[in-house]
Amino acid sequence: MTGTKNSPLMWVVHLSVLLIVVLWTLPTAGLLISSLRDKNQLASSGWWTALSTSTQNVVFRAPGPEAQVETDGKFVIAGNVLGNRGGQVSAWGTTPTKPSEFQPGQSSTLREGSTLTVQSDGAFEIVSPTKLEGNRGQRIAFVASIPPRFTLDNYREVLSAQGIGSSFINSLTVAIPSTVIPILVAAFAAYALAWMKFPGRALIIAMVVGLLVVPLQMSLIPLLKIYNGVGEIFGVPSKTYLGIWLAHTGFGLPLAIYLLRNYMAGLPREIMESARVDGATDFEIFLKIVLPLSFPALASFAIFQFLWTWNDLLVAMVFLGAGNEELVLTGRLVNLLGSRGGNWEILTASAFITIVVPLLVFFTLQRFLVRGLLAGSVKGG
Amino acid sequence: MQQLLYAIFTMVAGVIGCAIYFFGSNFILDMIFPSNGGDAAKAGRNIRRANMIRPWLFLGPALIALVLYLVYPVFDSIRLSFSDRTGTHFVGLSNYIWMFGDAQFRESILNNLMWLLVVPAAATFFGLLIAVLTDRIWWGNIAKSLIFMPMAISFVGAAVIWKFVYDYRDAATAQIGILNAIVVWFGGEPHAWITIPFWNNFFLMAILVWIQTGFAMVILSAALRGIPEETIEAAVIDGANGFQIFFKIMVPQIWGTIAVVWTTITILVLKVFDVVLAMTNGQWQSQVLANLMFDWMFRGGGDFGRGAAIAIVIMVLVIPIMIWNIRNARKEMEGH
Repeated sequence: MTGTKNSPLMWVVHLSVLLIVVLWTLPTAGLLISSLRDKNQLASSGWWTALSTSTQNVVFRAPGPEAQVETDGKFVIAGNVLGNRGGQVSAWGTTPTKPSEFQPGQSSTLREGSTLTVQSDGAFEIVSPTKLEGNRGQRIAFVASIPPRFTLDNYREVLSAQGIGSSFINSLTVAIPSTVIPILVAAFAAYALAWMKFPGRALIIAMVVGLLVVPLQMSLIPLLKIYNGVGEIFGVPSKTYLGIWLAHTGFGLPLAIYLLRNYMAGLPREIMESARVDGATDFEIFLKIVLPLSFPALASFAIFQFLWTWNDLLVAMVFLGAGNEELVLTGRLVNLLGSRGGNWEILTASAFITIVVPLLVFFTLQRFLVRGLLAGSVKGG
Repeated sequence: MQQLLYAIFTMVAGVIGCAIYFFGSNFILDMIFPSNGGDAAKAGRNIRRANMIRPWLFLGPALIALVLYLVYPVFDSIRLSFSDRTGTHFVGLSNYIWMFGDAQFRESILNNLMWLLVVPAAATFFGLLIAVLTDRIWWGNIAKSLIFMPMAISFVGAAVIWKFVYDYRDAATAQIGILNAIVVWFGGEPHAWITIPFWNNFFLMAILVWIQTGFAMVILSAALRGIPEETIEAAVIDGANGFQIFFKIMVPQIWGTIAVVWTTITILVLKVFDVVLAMTNGQWQSQVLANLMFDWMFRGGGDFGRGAAIAIVIMVLVIPIMIWNIRNARKEMEGH
């Protein structure tokens, strides 16, 4: 609008937007990159150095005496401290406090006349004139420069061992019906509020608008009491999927009715009236005319509700419980933050699995999301 | 996997159930009040009667769910806030008296007020700034899409992302949290940011601002596009510069939208729970009302009285916005 294409002001605009975009995407990028890194590298260097060779202090424990092999009257344990990761050993020692005691190729004398040698490629050899005894292997500390390594190991780990896989299924189980049921219920109500005349209509619309902002916190305790009561009377568990589906339905309805009513009220009156003249009932008008025409609004709400139920933590914690079997992804992630707070390879991979579904939904259906946001917030037909 | 099948089964059953309900109830209504057959006067009366009942058939399920899940709980919460921990005995105002004497509650209220001041203001400001800037460049839509992205991320996921940003290592070792790495690079001392009382609140707020800016941006951007070209052209002809156009022409025109954005984020802030639970769980003086309420719901088997009293405080804070919203909706309905 103001300023021509190449004026200095335009450059400032480009640079500021670039800076903001970087600021906004960097945290997520860091998470994604970190989740793909080797866990030792992740713990010892920042993710922004992921492409460069890193220097690490590593402690390796050699196999115990059961691995010794007798050759030429000597007893030998051999292996590679770097495993198969590749890299270079620049110094090593026999205690973790002194990782730079020896140079590669040097030998250290251990107890009972045995010697330990570590080469720069990581190969080590413990040679003893007598049979090695004891049950633990020798510790070898070393400084190594290790080339960048990307792996899916972290994902394998969290999907199987950390229960993220089963939580993923739980989240799907919660989110899909919690999205479909309120749409069904709300569409009919929205039609009634938009196109039927009856006493009390304005009052109900006002109520829906008011309920839009009622904090969830108000409902938690009374509903928990009802659920516990129902559970006791009928002898069923109080925390069930059915319970949480209905809870999400109840909490999602005000927005659903509001969005759909606004949209339906904006449909042209002539279509409705000509159908009515042709003898169509309200039910037929709704099913055959209004519902298909309202598809964009239905899609907008469906995306909102799916994102909200997938990302929800509070409702799931209260109405589904925090047991290992029923944890949804968000709940699992909170648990991992507590129990594995320092294990960033687990946290980053778990977090990425948690956010990948909403991100996919977001990038493919952004159009509908934006439209829904605008209908919900900016006043319009 | 089995539960997913159960979910799909329930969903299909629910869809069929709904169809049967709406179709069946309408069918029965038409049976009771037939609009054809008999004399014209009777048919007319039947149609009128059926049309009086039909809206309630359409509204029925939604009204029942709204009342059961939102309206009734509001009143029950009010009752519970005057009850003891099990919610059975009336104890008068003692929950409220306890609450206002409780150090944690006062801490939460103060923190919540800070959140209310900072987050909506910051998110709206950044949203507006980005909306104006991206409007002028060819890759604006890509930029917007990337800034909007955090909207899709759960608060817990965002908490993990930011906990990683704030990660703290001993000064002797390499930092893997980018914030501390930057601080160290500039020659500063690394800090465990989220454990510093008072200031940690701002590090938590940053997360919510990060999430909500996209929302503000999208809505304000649409509002800016709605400003008639002629207004701005007229201002340009009159010799107004960029800042004048922005503050004197654009901002006043989208004032209503700014208010909507601001109040929407305000309500979200009042309910903020996941971020605090995942980041600090209220430690290091970062407690907020919603997390405190959750805490009391389950602490030591749960204290429903105190939990409900805290929920009422959140509700009271929301009521002004609620009234304002209803008024606006009414005004708009009359306009139709």
